[in-house]
Amino acid sequence: MASVPSDGSAGYLPETVTRSVKILVVGSFGVGKTTLIGSVSEIAPLRTEETVTQVSEGVDDLTGVDDKRTTTVAMDFGRITLNGSVALYLFGAPGQRRFWDLWEGLAEGAAGVLVLVDTRPGRLEASFEVFDQLELGIRLPFVVAVNHFPDTVPHGADELRTALDLLPETPILDCDARDRASALNALTALVQHALDVSADRPADVPQDIPVA
Amino acid sequence: MTPPDDRSGGYRDSALRPYVLTKGRARPSRNTISVDTLLIATDPPPPLPVSAGRQERALLAMCRGLLSLVEVAARLELPVSVVRVLASDLVDSGHLTARAGSPRSAQLPRDLLQEVLNGLRAL
Repeated sequence: MASVPSDGSAGYLPETVTRSVKILVVGSFGVGKTTLIGSVSEIAPLRTEETVTQVSEGVDDLTGVDDKRTTTVAMDFGRITLNGSVALYLFGAPGQRRFWDLWEGLAEGAAGVLVLVDTRPGRLEASFEVFDQLELGIRLPFVVAVNHFPDTVPHGADELRTALDLLPETPILDCDARDRASALNALTALVQHALDVSADRPADVPQDIPVA
Repeated sequence: MTPPDDRSGGYRDSALRPYVLTKGRARPSRNTISVDTLLIATDPPPPLPVSAGRQERALLAMCRGLLSLVEVAARLELPVSVVRVLASDLVDSGHLTARAGSPRSAQLPRDLLQEVLNGLRAL
């Protein structure tokens, strides 16, 4: 079980925490995002909602000023305090474009994205929009975790890589979103991948450092 | 006897539009506050102006301990965008202290990623 503060601090962070880091858990509806967050979070997952009134986006559409509609988009999130000094926040985000438009800045400065997919027949297609959004909108390191449901038929990683059109270096792993160790393993793989990717970027390689 | 048609149906006086709570502003006074920025009330707290609204008071009371902006919003059941504006003002006025959330840069520093990795492995 996730550790729960036992000092009666009502879910507050220890005051030794000075920094926070975000990880996005992204996937289509019902893929297990909130389940995974709940498996590892030290607080019961919280939900926050954002409401926007969208004005018609038509260019030169002077008659469209009354064409407003209200959109509500919910986001579930959880928290893990690491080493008493870093608060890791896990945000569950759906794949839809409108979510990213609304939660502008959510992906900014995130450590990476854990993409949850459901490979059962007829479910994988729902993930395509998620990957489109990752490629077009948010450029962050990501790993793909196949959430294993009781009736999930195992697929080879190569088969899945082809189906999802993933690059050879994108890690694919299995997980059980209900299981804390398995969910932590997926998060660990993501952060390791983010480190690997950042090591590959030339801008981060120190120049003229002699090899010891 | 129940009135067949309650003309006040659907009216709730608590249904304040977000821009009322934020005094008409959609953007916070500072752009350094993000969803995971950590907030805590200044100790000892300077007195609030009498014009401070219920939401500001609730926000400050919630921040007697360290919480992220998004947690405060979820607990107060207010949109993050609204709490961001209110929290920004309270930081400006010295009532709240903000600790850096995620950097605005595209990539996290490697030492921070390494610290997260070590922390996850230690759980």
